[in-house]
Amino acid sequence: MSLRIGIDVGGTNTDAAVLKGTEVIAATKVITSDDVTTGILTALTEVLEGLEPSDVDSVFIGTTHFINAIAQAKNLDKVAAVRLATPPQTLLPMIDWPEKLLAAVNGGVYICAGGSQYDGRPLNPVDEDALRAAAREIKASGVRRIALSAVFSVVNDEPEKLAERILQEELPEATITRSTLVGRTGILERENATILNAALLTLADRVVEALEDVIARVGITAPILLSQNDGTVMTLETARLFPIFTIASGPTNSMRGAALLTGIRDGVVVDVGGTTTDVGMLRHGFPREATVAMSLAGVRSNFSIPDVLSLALGGGTIIGDDGESVGPESVGHRIVREARVFGGETLTFTDVAVAGGAEPIGNASAVSGLDQAVVDRALAIAGDRVLQAVDKAKLTGADTPIIVVGGGASLLAPVPGLDHAVIPANAGVANAVGAAFAEAGGEVDRVFALEGTTRAEILKEAREEATARAIEAGADPEQVRIITSEDIPLTHLPSGAAVHVRVKAVGPFLSPVLVAEGE
Amino acid sequence: MIDEESLGDITLGSTVLGAGGGGDPYVGMLLAREAIRKNGPIALVDVEEVPDDANVVFIAGTGAPGVLIEKLPRAAEYERVLLELERFTGKKFDYVCSGEAGGLNGITPFITAGALGLPVIDADGMGRAFPALDLVTPTLYGGSTTPMVLTDEHDNTMYLEAESNLWAEDYARAATAASGACAAMAIYPMTGAQAKAWLVRGALSLAVEIGRSIRRAREAQVSPVQAVVDGQRGVLLFAGKVEEVDRRNEGGWTMGTAQLSGLDEDAGRSLVLNFQNENLAAIRDGQVIATTPDLIMCLELDSGEPIPSEEIRFGYRVAVIGLPADAHWRTPDGIALAGPRRFGYDMEFTPIEEFVR
Repeated sequence: MSLRIGIDVGGTNTDAAVLKGTEVIAATKVITSDDVTTGILTALTEVLEGLEPSDVDSVFIGTTHFINAIAQAKNLDKVAAVRLATPPQTLLPMIDWPEKLLAAVNGGVYICAGGSQYDGRPLNPVDEDALRAAAREIKASGVRRIALSAVFSVVNDEPEKLAERILQEELPEATITRSTLVGRTGILERENATILNAALLTLADRVVEALEDVIARVGITAPILLSQNDGTVMTLETARLFPIFTIASGPTNSMRGAALLTGIRDGVVVDVGGTTTDVGMLRHGFPREATVAMSLAGVRSNFSIPDVLSLALGGGTIIGDDGESVGPESVGHRIVREARVFGGETLTFTDVAVAGGAEPIGNASAVSGLDQAVVDRALAIAGDRVLQAVDKAKLTGADTPIIVVGGGASLLAPVPGLDHAVIPANAGVANAVGAAFAEAGGEVDRVFALEGTTRAEILKEAREEATARAIEAGADPEQVRIITSEDIPLTHLPSGAAVHVRVKAVGPFLSPVLVAEGE
Repeated sequence: MIDEESLGDITLGSTVLGAGGGGDPYVGMLLAREAIRKNGPIALVDVEEVPDDANVVFIAGTGAPGVLIEKLPRAAEYERVLLELERFTGKKFDYVCSGEAGGLNGITPFITAGALGLPVIDADGMGRAFPALDLVTPTLYGGSTTPMVLTDEHDNTMYLEAESNLWAEDYARAATAASGACAAMAIYPMTGAQAKAWLVRGALSLAVEIGRSIRRAREAQVSPVQAVVDGQRGVLLFAGKVEEVDRRNEGGWTMGTAQLSGLDEDAGRSLVLNFQNENLAAIRDGQVIATTPDLIMCLELDSGEPIPSEEIRFGYRVAVIGLPADAHWRTPDGIALAGPRRFGYDMEFTPIEEFVR
């Protein structure tokens, strides 16, 4: 028997699901522990009851360890940022960071001559002496994490690679993260991501060891893979080097899980939590990505993250006594004491939904005496809000399926206007299911010079490269598909000189075992 | 005075005035902020306060928006460019001014002003953004782009005298490409008297006002789009979702169209937005409803965040709004210089006041 386990560690709950093929055979939801791994151990112990750990052939984990570290500015390493450009620069690395994070991470900034023009020609010769001098200063400062960037390294990464060799010669004990391997066009945003990644490396080692340990403790010897922001996965070995790629995996896993539980590849996903409801659009089984530069704990970054609308509506949302007001306040995790169905005094969305006919939770008789008019009014307001968000998320006016998942999914069953929405079995652990079905992916995101070629040829080349990268990451060559493909010309250059291309390819794993073992 | 807080408002407001183009002013904002942190707040003066015999010049960055976010502009070039113009012309410049309040160049004069301790004039040559050097209000009155100076980060400097503003545009464009698509310029030297007669007055305070109204609407949780429309005699032309974007590069410009399908009140309607860096014409169900030189811009429907034409993509939910162009542009000469025909659209200028929902 071949089993997959998906685990999603959220801020409040840790969910786990065991899948046989695409069938969920066990699932649970436990409170996330402060140390994270205890919660994982509890969840795993529960779902594995009656199963053989040796039947598990892969474990997929989505975790909030790294985003928490950044948000709290805790457990981070000091990082020296080295940029190849034209010195002196006015806008230095970490220029627009919040003070707390800056204080935790800033381990010095070094500008050395180097870098490339937009078409890959050299901007300046790489200044080897300046790099060696910087390395000596870094050595003296005691900092051992280096984030290295170069102007237009996304077009030509040779200067960055040369600088890496020079710095490593001087500082063999340091770990160097190269910006080209982390981010996209936009040097400040790419540098930010690179620096944050370097700051997470000690924590990444600890987390990887803790995860390996907890999985081993329940008797599983199968490979462990971590969920990434874009719905694909990475090995633990990669996670030790690039923890930054895991930080927004939560919403992605929920949406991917909704696709898997329903078989619907294109539709709107409504993820109902305790305080908020997230609404996003699935295209080809993947979340549509946000298109604006996003802020990560106050740091501008240009990752790919899902485009999600957040509504102040969840199980703990407080309802006015006449049913005319719905939120935005929520009792949050205090719902287990304060909601009427749990013996409390506060009227919540959970109470009116149960009174309106949702699957009973807690003591349903506590809400049986509620005025029907109050219940109807509150449910109608909730329905309006959800449907408006669904309309905004939809890409066309055509009928689009709506899938409801999340811990509060059942609460939407009696809500008017959502009668056709699909609430799959195991909707509450859709995120863990989504984690278990992450795919392997490959991306190309860079500026191409148009000289001597055409846009069509460049796009073709980029699609082939993305496909090859997805296969290299473990995707089944028979099933790799392109899910994003776009090109944007750069202006104010001689006609058609350069074009910014983004292509992403994904595919289901041929074998997670092969990937984890690097064969 | 312009301090850090008002700089934030100018940045947001000038992106709106960019009308789809002008470049992302985030990088310019950071540069100006560094200058303010180093030298203190920068004086913004009304053009009426400028003596008639004062020397005034536009400061502008030039380059591809996609390059400026990678090869970051440096303060050194914005300081040197004015010193080199003084050397070239033998004149001392008392005030700097924005040629283009929309986008990055609403901010760049503050970098020079901060470094050299000069005041910035609250005016510009467009009241918006346009993609070429000759498309400024001084051109309408015989103002000349040159003598001008262009400098890059490799210590190259171009001193130019040109026969016409169109020639100046061609040379500046070629020099910009040679620099690696990132350079600083000092252009359109003029006197205080000319500045009073030629420029769009209050263009920077307009940017501050627009930015502030978006910020305050967000704080008060009311519609930022409505706040901009109500505050600036504008109109909401369309609310919709971006269905398709066709973008291509012609002669160095981002040319193309975005097709939108209507939301809310506009459900069932469609809109085609034509852009050449800037949004230049809006066509609703086959009918022209707004054209250049009036300002047409896309704001994200909920947040009011302005969305440039380089970034507009499938799936965006936007409000398309129109603001009236400055009176300089709405003359027959102004429409001949910057109206739809200048950009190859076979259509008449349609003032947004004539728009019927």
